[in-house]
Amino acid sequence: MADKIRMKLENVNFFYADTQALYEINLDIYQNKVTAIIGPSGCGKSTLIKLLNRMNELIPNARCEGNIYLDGHDIYDPKVDVVDVRRRIGMVFQKPNPFPKSIFDNVAYGLYINGVKDRHYINYKVEKSLKDATLWKEVSDRLHSSALQLSGGQQQRLCIARTLAVEPEVVLMDEPASALDPTSTAKIEELIQELKEKYTIVIVTHNMQQAARISDYTLFLMLGKMIEYDVTNKIFTNPSKKITEDYITGRFG
Amino acid sequence: MKKAQLKENLYRWFFGLFAFSSLIFLVGITIILFKEGLPLFKEINFFNTIAGRYWYPTYEPPEFGMLPLILASFWVTVGALFVCVPLGVGSALYIHELAGDRQKAILKPLVEILASIPSIVYGFFGMVIVAPLLQDWLNLPVGQTAFTGSLMLGIMATPTVCSIAEDALGFVPKGFREASFAVGANRWQTLTRVVIPAAGSGISTAIILGMSRAVGETMTVLMVTGGAAVIPKSFFQPVRPMTSTIAAEMGETVIGSTHYHALFAIGLILFFITLVFNIVAEFISRRFRIKLGLGR
Repeated sequence: MADKIRMKLENVNFFYADTQALYEINLDIYQNKVTAIIGPSGCGKSTLIKLLNRMNELIPNARCEGNIYLDGHDIYDPKVDVVDVRRRIGMVFQKPNPFPKSIFDNVAYGLYINGVKDRHYINYKVEKSLKDATLWKEVSDRLHSSALQLSGGQQQRLCIARTLAVEPEVVLMDEPASALDPTSTAKIEELIQELKEKYTIVIVTHNMQQAARISDYTLFLMLGKMIEYDVTNKIFTNPSKKITEDYITGRFG
Repeated sequence: MKKAQLKENLYRWFFGLFAFSSLIFLVGITIILFKEGLPLFKEINFFNTIAGRYWYPTYEPPEFGMLPLILASFWVTVGALFVCVPLGVGSALYIHELAGDRQKAILKPLVEILASIPSIVYGFFGMVIVAPLLQDWLNLPVGQTAFTGSLMLGIMATPTVCSIAEDALGFVPKGFREASFAVGANRWQTLTRVVIPAAGSGISTAIILGMSRAVGETMTVLMVTGGAAVIPKSFFQPVRPMTSTIAAEMGETVIGSTHYHALFAIGLILFFITLVFNIVAEFISRRFRIKLGLGR
């Protein structure tokens, strides 16, 4: 593992009120790699990925212990601005959630709220982000029509473009293809392969084939505990734990 | 088997009757309003009534110009908007977006209690406390003015605006907020750029229904607006809105007289105003749901 570490989790525990959802998570996330988090429903995959850009703070009564570092700086440090964390660590959600605004305004939203005023730069950035999200060709002639007219797969790529527009360093994806049809899913997977050239990607998926196809590293979680974390190839061909093997071969889950 | 089905049908009819009774009442009220209100326009030209500047129903000859009454209602309602929109929408935003669970548990019932206070109590409060205070502070000849009415109506309409606006905010999908936070927006930006625009038409509905409540309110305005049927020139003079005119004069008219028909005609106009408000509100809220992908 000679890859460069971008994010690091140390002894992370997470609680929803009195229920512990994650136990002692220690994880390295490598630059320009795709890290997949797999595991049965309710194992804490989504909870874990939300911790990585402090989205968990929107949940009342939740509590996080331990440290999460981005480039060696603790993102939960009280001196750190959460807005800055979320700009640097973008997130794409399970259900496509474009705003009820135009396609253009959806992508430009992150620029607007970060105080970008330069029209030329905004135009350039919107086009670039849409191209990076492989959506440009489909929408370039109707940038000012409503984003809600797009198909589910297009909406999800729009949400990816919206995330890319603010130039994040890490992109988190919480089951980004689970609400999409197979064709759209294939497009998203292809896109993820392209995106890892520029970004560090963490993806939650319940689809093991998807994890095997697109990721470089895989974390297997169960009941909030790390069972195994390794190079994807090793997890899927020669897992070191029996329970991992049972899960990926479909004996349970 | 057959008996069970008969019983089933009986229940259906029985409760169906209750459900449709509101339709019967609506039709009945509409018919009476038209039947008793329209004869006025046989005696006096419709335009002269609506735009007539003098309401002297007991003079000889009487005059039934409704303009002062319509304008009074309009002024008082618009004034009430200036009170109930900031208060109602503001408290909805606070309760829904900023208040913690504990504050929410106190604030929501409080707003509902405000809605359940009888209008006569508001009127009494306005007459005995607010009007003299205003008279004193602003050095007015009388405390019962359009402004006093606006203030009281605004407070009364606030719970309506607040609870409907809060529902509208609740309809905004969680995903919009998450998406906004995820690109680095703070709370304020999320609220002003995503949540409020998304809930905008729902909030408009709330405002229109609040207006509808204000325009139809009777007891309070009767007690606090002073009751002078003149075309208002300032917010700080007594006025006589349509509702209080009906309430104050119905007891003194002869059934079947022109005055009697004129009061029904006022009721008819009020009925149309609130009907339009409610139709517009329904229309906007339907579009709102479609916009947010909630279906009808």
